[in-house]
Amino acid sequence: MINLTIDGQQISVPEGTTILEAARSMHLDIPTLCYLNLEKIKYLNQVASCRICVVEVEGRRNLAPSCATPVAEGMKVVTNSKRVLSSRRKNLELIISNHPFDCLVCAKSTDCELQRLVWEFGINTQRYDGERSEHAIDRSSSALKRDPNKCIMCRRCETMCNEVQTVGALTAFGRGFNTIVAPAEKEPIVNSNCVFCGQCVSVCPTAALTGIGYIQEVWAALFNPKKTVIVQVAPAVRVAVGEEFGMAAGEAVTGKLVAGLRRLGFNAIFDTTFGADLTVVEESKEIIERIEKNENLPILTSCCPGWINFLEHSFPNLKYMPSTCKSPQQMTGAIIKTYYAEKMGIDPKDIVVVSVMPCIAKKYEAALPNEETYGIRDVDYVLTTREVAKMLKEGSVDLRHIQEEEFDNPLGQSTGAGVIFGGTGGVLEAALRTVYEKATGKTLEDVNFTAVRGLNGMRIAEVDLDGRLVRVAAVAGLGNARKVLEKIESGEEKFDIIEIMACPGGCVNGGGQPYAEEREEIIEQRLSGLYQLDRNTKIRKSHLNPAIQALYQEYLGEAGSHKAHEILHVTDLFSAAVKQK
Amino acid sequence: MPEIRSQQQLTDAYEQYKGLLSLRLGKAVDDKTRLVLVCGGTGCQASDSQKIVEKFQKLIIDNGLQDQLQAEIAGCFGFCEKGPIVKIFPEDVFYVQVKPEDVQEIFDQHLVGGQKVKRLLYEDPALKVKIDTSDEISFYKLQHRVALRNCGLINPEKIEEYIATGGYQSLGKILNQMTPEQVIDEMKKSGLRGRGGAGFSTGKKWEFARGYANDEKFVICNADEGDPGAFMDRSIMEGDSHSVIEGMCIAGFAIGAHQGYVYIRAEYPLAVKRLQIALDQARERGLLGKNILGSEFSFDIAIRLGAGAFVCGEETALIHSLQGMRGEPTTKPPFPAQSGLWGKPTIVNNVETLANVPVIFERGADWYSSIGTKTSKGTKVFALAGKINNVGLVEVPMGTTLREIIYDIGGGIKGGGEFKSAQTGGPSGGCIPKQYLDTPIDYESLASIGSMMGSGGMIIMSDHDCMVNIARFYMEFIVEESCGRCVPCRIGNKRMLEILTNITEGKGTETDLLELRSLAETIMDTSLCGLGQTAPNPVLSTLKYFMDEYEAHVIEKRCPAGVCQKLMRYEILPEKCIGCTACARGCPVGCISGAVKQVHVIDQSKCIKCGACITRCKFGAVVRI
Amino acid sequence: MTDTSKDSLCGEEHNPQFAELDRFIDELHIDPKDPRRKDKLIMTLHKAQGIFGYLPEVLQIHIAKKFSVPHSEISGVISFYNFFTTTPKGKIQVNVCLGTACYVNGSDKLLQEFEQVLGIKAGEVTKDGKFSIESLRCVGACGLAPVVTINHKVYGKVKAGDVREILEKYMVEEDVENKEAADA
Repeated sequence: MINLTIDGQQISVPEGTTILEAARSMHLDIPTLCYLNLEKIKYLNQVASCRICVVEVEGRRNLAPSCATPVAEGMKVVTNSKRVLSSRRKNLELIISNHPFDCLVCAKSTDCELQRLVWEFGINTQRYDGERSEHAIDRSSSALKRDPNKCIMCRRCETMCNEVQTVGALTAFGRGFNTIVAPAEKEPIVNSNCVFCGQCVSVCPTAALTGIGYIQEVWAALFNPKKTVIVQVAPAVRVAVGEEFGMAAGEAVTGKLVAGLRRLGFNAIFDTTFGADLTVVEESKEIIERIEKNENLPILTSCCPGWINFLEHSFPNLKYMPSTCKSPQQMTGAIIKTYYAEKMGIDPKDIVVVSVMPCIAKKYEAALPNEETYGIRDVDYVLTTREVAKMLKEGSVDLRHIQEEEFDNPLGQSTGAGVIFGGTGGVLEAALRTVYEKATGKTLEDVNFTAVRGLNGMRIAEVDLDGRLVRVAAVAGLGNARKVLEKIESGEEKFDIIEIMACPGGCVNGGGQPYAEEREEIIEQRLSGLYQLDRNTKIRKSHLNPAIQALYQEYLGEAGSHKAHEILHVTDLFSAAVKQK
Repeated sequence: MPEIRSQQQLTDAYEQYKGLLSLRLGKAVDDKTRLVLVCGGTGCQASDSQKIVEKFQKLIIDNGLQDQLQAEIAGCFGFCEKGPIVKIFPEDVFYVQVKPEDVQEIFDQHLVGGQKVKRLLYEDPALKVKIDTSDEISFYKLQHRVALRNCGLINPEKIEEYIATGGYQSLGKILNQMTPEQVIDEMKKSGLRGRGGAGFSTGKKWEFARGYANDEKFVICNADEGDPGAFMDRSIMEGDSHSVIEGMCIAGFAIGAHQGYVYIRAEYPLAVKRLQIALDQARERGLLGKNILGSEFSFDIAIRLGAGAFVCGEETALIHSLQGMRGEPTTKPPFPAQSGLWGKPTIVNNVETLANVPVIFERGADWYSSIGTKTSKGTKVFALAGKINNVGLVEVPMGTTLREIIYDIGGGIKGGGEFKSAQTGGPSGGCIPKQYLDTPIDYESLASIGSMMGSGGMIIMSDHDCMVNIARFYMEFIVEESCGRCVPCRIGNKRMLEILTNITEGKGTETDLLELRSLAETIMDTSLCGLGQTAPNPVLSTLKYFMDEYEAHVIEKRCPAGVCQKLMRYEILPEKCIGCTACARGCPVGCISGAVKQVHVIDQSKCIKCGACITRCKFGAVVRI
Repeated sequence: MTDTSKDSLCGEEHNPQFAELDRFIDELHIDPKDPRRKDKLIMTLHKAQGIFGYLPEVLQIHIAKKFSVPHSEISGVISFYNFFTTTPKGKIQVNVCLGTACYVNGSDKLLQEFEQVLGIKAGEVTKDGKFSIESLRCVGACGLAPVVTINHKVYGKVKAGDVREILEKYMVEEDVENKEAADA
């Protein structure tokens, strides 16, 4: 243990602790900006570049960056002397001297870590009127917006992309004043190997990286009398959107959200969880077929577009492995524009499907050329959780006090299996519940597969399908996906089913969710919320969803039928838009 | 060439080769045998010194005089102002500014005829007298060449000549008779401090690295010499690579490393070439690589090129560049001695530091520490440049005063101006004004007057230089070379540059001067690496010693030195103008009016102060005030 | 803004320049699993630029594949160092040293003169691709200040008045080839 003094108070901490960590353990909140430590997902950005967290250390000539300086025996630290505060402030003034001053119209206003610091420091002038970097804003993709003028070189996105996700789409580019983090050769992001997982958006402290917004397009549709505008809501959204209204993370506000959306004027509010159940039924058929034939194993889940994009770029040899199923978002949209449209006698061309998603990759997915049915787009616009919260506020909805309402039917009913799709391991668990019963013909007594739950990068289990042992895994985070796929490619490991999610923790930690920043407990609370919903739902197996059963009876026939394939599967999972690099 | 597999064989080789240098050490054989040494440094090569030596060699062969005459290339003689330099031995005659056309005359008259070619001898500017030999030249008299001991003496492309000076004997002695701890003790006793600029005790650095147990350690030679105006390391690499190689081997032995790297600027192709030749020859002779001199110690060295980034002279940035990354520094601690290249214990030493190592073991730490001052032992190589008559490389004992360097060695101010300041330490250093001319040069005394030793670049400025503009020039360099990682350096230095530029353009205010100090404080206190931490030094030192110039710029909008273009007024003297219209025709904004043969007038409101008119006027009618 | 994606580099398969580069890289025996493999990157970039004259995207991607690193990493490294360029330079590269010793001896005026005579600014290439101007920071020939290098030939103690004369020698095509042969 090392003994040191911070602001006159003594403390003992283990060797290797940084001054910042030591201070935090004493509830000394040294301001930080570039530093970000997400222990549970093994992410650490410790570049010491902003120089905001500097402190005075007795005997040291200059100020020390507390986030990157390990404690030493007998160290005497001062965190708020005049010398420290004046340099801290100066550095912040320098940062904003090279930052656009359009806070009023910036998407991150009130959610921006830089704005918050400037406000906390009481800075109320622009001291410098010098050169400002000028970079082109990149709106080349349908999912990710880059504004390099707002980049403060914190390197968080680069660390996330290179070290956690192992995608490597971003690099610091240039040298000196105009250095920014950008794709190779500062090309538009759509030309790079970015997979749009959105994890960089989650960690970006400013609006340098955000999602492409569609709020105005959705309002336009809502006010267009010729259109029937239908919205679907993903599982992970319902346990997070309340946070934007000051409610607790993980609190399921499903009914309130439905009511609020109805207030905004959507013609029907459907549940993506219904689509999740549908995905389970279709995918289970595929899974069982492959296991019985012992061919093309492992089968990989395909509902995460960020992950599938990653596979296309990094493991083109394994393109045969994912299921051919569309994702719940796409299936729901497809069913709306076929089954529901027919049922209600609406021309699908007049239907606008909006989905509310916890991520930005879904924006990319919805725009892919092959995500359509009979020539009509399955999903027209994707809003993130953050965007829908803004729309609700704009539409006079107070989510805290609004009376709960129910989803519309027939795409409003769902099971506990469907709702856990929102967390890592959920898709796998939901699939197993159905696969077990369909493969063995027996009833599954205990529906809980707890072995595949949790924030570990990878969780493995073995399931006994009446004698046939099936080896399954749930993986979250693309770095973990890379590791397991390398082992599969080399033959070192064998699996039957693998669920892969691009985001550590799964969709609850998606790039479109309310910013959790360093509060990792929020992710855990959202996950708990989902499992709680699962427990409280009467029907917990997807194939027992009466609305799903009706859909097959009335329309699709049976799982894997020709019609099901036309509407709910993609013949070529891989987008023509992927640039070969 | 046979391998040298023991200290005895090395001694034998020394005996075999030492004759090669006897002419150069003044031992005449007879009155016919002569050796021609031509300076082969980059500066002289640019002035055709390679052609000169080749011409000599051809003449010698054509005349069948190989038995008594020899022509060789050598490292930099140091007196760059007078290059190309040719020395004839055994007389040690010193010819300056030799051209290829002069070779025939020297050959006929001196090499064969035994008579000096008087017109090519160096002439003392003050005494107006021709001087024969270099040790009578004031430029050399006060010098004490230790790191540069072999530069200009040996042909750097022939390892035999290095061995002939006693080279590799120190390594041999160490491998056979000393332990790493003893080596480190001797280094500490010598008092050698890092010559790259920081001045950290070399012995202590080696001791730290030795203390961190690891199966793998590294020795890195920092040959990235990025300070503009510094060419000490280049000259050592071009003139005596073996001294650096030997120094690295000794360092490797001391800390327990088996692999070394020389990180050298890509802008030094000749140095790279000479180093490669030296490495190949050393390996061939068993003086580098596996089981050096037949001992248990193996150590090899690889060259790694830089690619044009001043910040890569900072040791952590250098290490990252070596690892194939952007050359961005990272926080210290941990220091490279603990965790450096690939996370292993690493020492990064400057070229000049390493060049001193073999001679310290040859002559002893006591000898070395007897030179210099109490805290700064040994000698220092300076690259003297700027407004000085004798531009070149000088090596003096620590404690020599600036006055001695500038006037006794440097020959005083060029261009008839008056001394104003000496800048040491490059963009990290400060300007030393007249009142400190008698400061003895050592690490502490320079720091106490707001400058630093730096790597050795010493730029002399006269009253024709504007100190505000000099500060701006250095800040411009910093802004270009800043890696961009940390806020205070990336943005802070830019803002300082903007203020300085405004001041030189007449847009500065007194508040600007306060802001400069405030920015300087934050930048020095919070920058991540040495580049940023020292960037404000030139500004602060000029503010301290030349405040009158700053005040003239911001209050009177006047540049006393007459340098800052935008503060000058261009006017046409009616009494001298003949109306030739040359100025009007060359004016880019057409602000000069006047008919042919009529007096011309400049419209001050339109004038952009570019100076084109004054260049074009052949009658001295345009003046700048 | 030069569009480097549609370069006039031949396809990689039959191009002798790529073959030469690949020979060099293969000699380095890069092991994709070796975490230290990038220490040969900068020397490879020097070699590649020596062969091709510049480092366009298609070349960067080729090198990235050889080193088993993402393209973005190569791009980021290239963008950091002065030496490397992603756009072609002129056939005749004029480098004016702006190091302190040269600056104090008027090299900034030299640079202005070169810019005026050639009609381009530092960092640019003339329309016919013949000349480009760069400013350098210290080649270490301070004894010859101010220094200008033109395609590696060093000119010392250059005065603004000499600029036209020096350039005239390079303006004529044949002279360039002869000059380079003589200096080799």
